[in-house]
Amino acid sequence: MSLTRRGLLAATAASAVPMSARAQRPTLKIGVLTDLAGVYQDIVGPLAVECTRLAIADFGVSAKGFDVEIVTADHQNKPDIGASLARQWYDRDGVDIIMEGGSSAVALAVAAVAKDKNKAYINSGGATSDLTGTMCNAQTLHWTYDTYMLAKSTGGAMVKSGGDSWFFITADYAFGHALTRDVGSFVEQGGGKVLGKVATPFPGTTDFSAFLLQAQASGAKVIGLANAGADTINCIKQAREFGIKATLGGLLVFLSDVHSLGLEVCNGLVLTESFYWDLNDRTRAFSERLKAKSPARRAGMAQAGCYSSALHYLKVANDVGVGKFKAAGGADVIEMLKKMPTDDDVFGAGSIRPDGRVIHPSYLFQVKKPSESKGPWDYYKLLSTTPTDQAFRPIADGRCPLIKA
Amino acid sequence: MFGFTRQQGIAFLVMFAAVVIAPFFLYPVFLMKVLCFALFACAYNLLIGYVGLGSFGHAAFFGMGGYIAAYTAKKWGFNPEIAIITGAGAGAVLGAVFGWLSIRRQGIYFAMITLALSQMVYFFCNQAPFTGGEDGIQQVPRGNLFGLISLQSDMTMYVVVSVVFLFGFLLIHRIVHSPFGQVLKAIRENEPRATSLGYRTNDYKLIVFILSAGIAGLAGGTKSLVFGIATLTDVANAMSGEVILMTLLGGMGTIFGPVLGAIMIGSIENYLAQLGAWFAVTQGVIFVLCIMFFRRGLLGELAARLKLSL
Amino acid sequence: MFMIFGYSSALLFGQLLLGLINGAFYALLSLGLAIIFGMLNIVNFAHGALFMLGAFVAWALLEFLGIPYWWSLLIAPIVVGAFGIILEKIFIARLYKLDHLYGLLLTFGLALVIEGLARNQFGSSGMPFAIPPELQGGTDLGFMFMPNYRGWVVLASASVCLVVWLIIDKTSLGANLRAATENPALVQSFGINVPRMITLTYAAGVALAAFAGVLAAPIYSVNPGMGSSFIITVFAVVVIGGMGSIAGSILTGFGLGIVEGLTKVFYPQGSATVIFVVMVIVLLTRPAGLFGRGGH
Repeated sequence: MSLTRRGLLAATAASAVPMSARAQRPTLKIGVLTDLAGVYQDIVGPLAVECTRLAIADFGVSAKGFDVEIVTADHQNKPDIGASLARQWYDRDGVDIIMEGGSSAVALAVAAVAKDKNKAYINSGGATSDLTGTMCNAQTLHWTYDTYMLAKSTGGAMVKSGGDSWFFITADYAFGHALTRDVGSFVEQGGGKVLGKVATPFPGTTDFSAFLLQAQASGAKVIGLANAGADTINCIKQAREFGIKATLGGLLVFLSDVHSLGLEVCNGLVLTESFYWDLNDRTRAFSERLKAKSPARRAGMAQAGCYSSALHYLKVANDVGVGKFKAAGGADVIEMLKKMPTDDDVFGAGSIRPDGRVIHPSYLFQVKKPSESKGPWDYYKLLSTTPTDQAFRPIADGRCPLIKA
Repeated sequence: MFGFTRQQGIAFLVMFAAVVIAPFFLYPVFLMKVLCFALFACAYNLLIGYVGLGSFGHAAFFGMGGYIAAYTAKKWGFNPEIAIITGAGAGAVLGAVFGWLSIRRQGIYFAMITLALSQMVYFFCNQAPFTGGEDGIQQVPRGNLFGLISLQSDMTMYVVVSVVFLFGFLLIHRIVHSPFGQVLKAIRENEPRATSLGYRTNDYKLIVFILSAGIAGLAGGTKSLVFGIATLTDVANAMSGEVILMTLLGGMGTIFGPVLGAIMIGSIENYLAQLGAWFAVTQGVIFVLCIMFFRRGLLGELAARLKLSL
Repeated sequence: MFMIFGYSSALLFGQLLLGLINGAFYALLSLGLAIIFGMLNIVNFAHGALFMLGAFVAWALLEFLGIPYWWSLLIAPIVVGAFGIILEKIFIARLYKLDHLYGLLLTFGLALVIEGLARNQFGSSGMPFAIPPELQGGTDLGFMFMPNYRGWVVLASASVCLVVWLIIDKTSLGANLRAATENPALVQSFGINVPRMITLTYAAGVALAAFAGVLAAPIYSVNPGMGSSFIITVFAVVVIGGMGSIAGSILTGFGLGIVEGLTKVFYPQGSATVIFVVMVIVLLTRPAGLFGRGGH
């Protein structure tokens, strides 16, 4: 049974190097654990795998004397499935590092496995800031974004631009309440007011009109959408339908969501990402290279983050020497990754903090009106930038056990 | 022994030998998962195979057993054996509530009611603070058996899981072959007649429902300790569908069928994990094929061909 | 403007109206289930998947052939109905002599296949589907801003329900149907082709689901999971109403939509579970359901 399984995994391997050559050269095995068919498949999913491959191609692995093999699996957004796949990969299949690693719940579960097995893990798609806070560990890095970054940018920056009274539509579970609390505190710090919130059953709410009307009745200037995925999409759609005048603050909205909703529905929505393809020359160059491989879709930040993390991983591996790198335990590998500053086309120059947080600027965007858009995927205009040193939670506030007070 | 026929005795020995040998060849974590599902399917089979009650909400007991076992082991520091038993108890209590409400109706109504009730349990588990919402209860310690033996190693844990499985399996077999089990079969075949013979059929159905739910809770509790995590997956509708499929594929109303079904579905799931939604499609296709061509399931058909009772 | 229980009347009326809209979907879906159940004695677990399929057909018609929403309202039910005929002929027809449980399991499997394929083909996040231009915008009712499309949904659903009820209760076709439900052998002996009638009934039932799917497409994003999130609630509606009467399933659908709408004002967190709570209460007091006949 185990032989067939390996055979199957090998069949999905991405390396273009012939078998004979592979045997003699050291091979790094990257496991991309992602949502291949679920609600987040457009936010991460196949394009995240593609971005990881692009990093391997851009780095020019074959000229550097080692090979990289990619295996992929679908965690179905279920922490138990994610954890057991991670366990198998680390235990049996010789995976050196797991990347992407999915939504918050899966991310925390995989991080626990990584710690247990002392293997390396880099998350890009997960939102929870606990990953570098109370639940942080020496085997895990958190790339791309987290809830703190989103809350600070969307909550804080919007108050400055006049959106000073808020009403939240909160998905009634831990994630929704945490997001509401965080954003609310930034709104109040900035001098704004939180007028109220309504908790909506999760999952299973498809009709948000009743809650949107309550939000409207409160007279708030901004309606904060403390939910994700299909819930957010339905809220945005129905707000348009009911002629809601308030600005919508999307707290976890990605480029692919805007794409699937269309500008007609989305225009005016304010959101935060740490990457947008049309941000500067480097992001445009990256996106052009990606377009050659995946013409239909543009990467959002979580997918682009997979490129960034894989590229950094390969750089360090090459620097340290692949043999030594492969032999090191998870905590040592992560330590080596932390030492080198990051620099790539996606996020520009950045660094990795001792608590595992990868830092770079974050951007507040507003979705364009259809008339402002020059063509497909031309969706965002930049409202403001939060610089690297302020974009993420101060290290002391995270209560990460790795950081000695 | 345990009321096995000769063939069943042989089949049991084969299964026992397989349980003992398998971890030396296969990945023990995978085997433990299969054993937990096999026990879950056997519990479900007790209800659908021997009483003819098709519940569509059995995930509620499996998942709740998992949550309670994980919670008591993690937060209250229960020993693993106590945590698992508490999980089974939670399954049984929930089963008493479900059963009390649902056995008033039969057939498809019964199915829809159990489905609706389990949906309520799902919502409850999603919102109740103790379950950790969509994160679930993570990093549950396997602990020390009887406070003495550490279960950290997969092999030691495997021994515990096999013992739990075999205990549950034999318990179900014992129930089915007791006088109580004979009444259950009479209810399945012809309920009005059983009633007219003076049996309070609803009481019998309720008791077997509670037993089935309790054993499902036992399986769920064990699973959550093996993987150190209890999540919404195990209370979701898809899980109810999965256990029905295992039982159907292996053979409803056969003793070993659900075990075979669990092994097959578990393996398919393992191989198709990277193919995403194809797993659901495969499940659906198996459902349709079973219903159209071998309603008695693999073992049921085999037993009928060979005129055996498995 | 006056207050009721501390809530402004505007908010309450608004929620009542919104509840009615959700009720419109419940009514259409539970009506289809009731028709199929009455004739085939099968609970069509694939109903949610066929509802979703209806929405996807409408989307595909618009996307690939440029056929607008209004035609989809007609075409999608026909397409899905034809698909239903195939399903009935190939699969379901072979199960009538067996325990009902098998029909349930079979349609459950079919639902998994249909949804899984849709998920593979279209992903999970859904396709946008614009409100038809004729119904864009809304009307200010004084107590709320009513999108025209939502008004149309209630209207369309209520009229379709009414027509179906009239056909079944007042026409000779309906009389034959009802008779065939009671005693198929007798009706067959009158020279009526009962198997064909059964097939067409199934097609009609799933066509209703597809019609609801098209109605839902502009409101919710067209996605593979849209049916499964509805269907369990609709099952609860069916249990509450009892499958005894066509009118009963319609009234229960609308009624529970309103109950759900009011819950959203008084206790939003409970709005997803309120229907299940009602179900438990009904089971305890009237085990056969509000409009049900007999024990089961």
